[in-house]
Amino acid sequence: MPVEQISVFVENHPGGLAVVAEALSAAGIDIRAMSLADTTDFGVLRLIVNDAPRTQTVLRAAGYIVSVTPVLAAFMEDRPGGLARVLQILADAAVNVEYLYAFITRKAGNALVILRVEDVDFAEKMLAKKGVQIADASTLLEL
Amino acid sequence: MKYYHPDIECASPETLKALQAEKLVRAVRHAYDRVPYYRELMRQKKVEPGDIRSLEDLPKLPFLTKEDLRKAYPYGLLALPLSDVVRIQSTSGTTGTRVVAFYTQHDIDLWDESCARAIIAAGGGKDDVVHVCYGYGLFTGGPGLNGGSHKVGSLTLPMSSGNTERQIQFMLDLESTILCCTPSYAAYLAEAIIQMGVRDRIKLKAGIFGAEAWSEEMRRDIEDKLGIKAYDIYGLTEISGPGVSFECSEQTGMHINEDHFLAEIIDPETEEVLPEGSKGEIVFSCISKEAFPLLRYRTRDICVLSREKCSCGRTLIKMSRILGRSDDMLIIRGVNVFPSQIETVLLRCGYPANYQILLDRVRHTDSLEVQVEMTQEMFSDTVKGIAAREKELVASLRAMLGISPKVTIVAPRSIARSEGKAVRVIDKRKL
Repeated sequence: MPVEQISVFVENHPGGLAVVAEALSAAGIDIRAMSLADTTDFGVLRLIVNDAPRTQTVLRAAGYIVSVTPVLAAFMEDRPGGLARVLQILADAAVNVEYLYAFITRKAGNALVILRVEDVDFAEKMLAKKGVQIADASTLLEL
Repeated sequence: MKYYHPDIECASPETLKALQAEKLVRAVRHAYDRVPYYRELMRQKKVEPGDIRSLEDLPKLPFLTKEDLRKAYPYGLLALPLSDVVRIQSTSGTTGTRVVAFYTQHDIDLWDESCARAIIAAGGGKDDVVHVCYGYGLFTGGPGLNGGSHKVGSLTLPMSSGNTERQIQFMLDLESTILCCTPSYAAYLAEAIIQMGVRDRIKLKAGIFGAEAWSEEMRRDIEDKLGIKAYDIYGLTEISGPGVSFECSEQTGMHINEDHFLAEIIDPETEEVLPEGSKGEIVFSCISKEAFPLLRYRTRDICVLSREKCSCGRTLIKMSRILGRSDDMLIIRGVNVFPSQIETVLLRCGYPANYQILLDRVRHTDSLEVQVEMTQEMFSDTVKGIAAREKELVASLRAMLGISPKVTIVAPRSIARSEGKAVRVIDKRKL
């Protein structure tokens, strides 16, 4: 099952990100994973949070442009080559990875990668076939 | 040779006036008889060709505006059958306000002669190599100076615009002596010439620069960098093209080719004719042209007329440099741009109408930046997705305006909303 990623448009100027983080903090939202894509003029902040619907509401209310994208949270073996294996499976299935970033867990021995691909269902099927576990939203909450 | 046509350029005021009056009477009759659109305008103003007997009667005629040209597009103001027309030129790539002008061979000849007068006034002659890097094509810059250079008998280099390295190579190899282009391109060329370390090898002595407003500081800068004399030239497609007026050795304003183009200064609000020396909108009447004889055409360009004696010996009236516009038209890299055109594109592409246009002049070249606010629909989680939309917008704007803008996507509601009239344009160019 894919999980929901929240993407936020942030202008590229000092304090741009701090304000987003502050809004989430004030609403008690826990950020579990994040990545920032930046250009000269703006950035796209991507977040995996403990409460995606509420995050949307909070950010939209604060005037942000927000979109929700399904992404895959795939378990990797926490050793050298773990990520390479996941990526190789996708490469063999001709799945293009738009971007990826790491998911931080509080429990040792667990390593996850957030994958953004065009066709999540197909990518999930390909990974599952090779024994890669995909976490859903409730699983992420426990990690 | 000091003048191309001394009998006209240095004519006594009486001679010139008599010639103008005779031509005006004929031109009004011609337009009335041949252009139903214009006849209707005259009827509305309750004026007949018979009412126009001298120059003093000129203000009785109705004005023509760009709006009329748009309404009459493409053939509505044409005064002769197409079989008599030999050329079409058009204003610089603006969809909403595209203007097509028609020329008979006679019209081309008088336009070429107007440019020839400008080249002679800039010190040109048969032995000169005239390097034309105005654009060729529908734009009048290239064809106008090209024709003028032919009339003078100079060696003409029809370089057209772009490819700076090649421009400089030709300049060196063929020893160009007179450069014709926009002032901003001249400044750019000057920097490139210095950078290439060939400043000592160029043979340029003069430049004829027009199609955009420029300052006295910019003139001095170009003159110092290239070691030349830089002359201003003015014109517009509706009236013919460059050469409607041109600067002489005195460099204090442009002599209007009054035997072809009558000039008036009006108050753009009241439309009242203002006395000589007043600042206002310049209005032209074409009294020699056959195919496209616009009378009292409102240019929207603001300047001052003066008939003070000129040390060059010409008696033709002089107009100052263009001091501004009486509408919101912007001239960017020589191209006419209306903010409304940018707005049309933004709305069509799904962007909010709240936008800002930033103009600057970086290293003497105009830059156009359009800032738009990001919308929910336009947003994507991938930079690629946003960049694709940005690129689409740049392409749509380029198609509409004829020049390429930089598009910057900013946060929603970050562009200041003003209470009254929106400040859409921030022009940081120092003119």
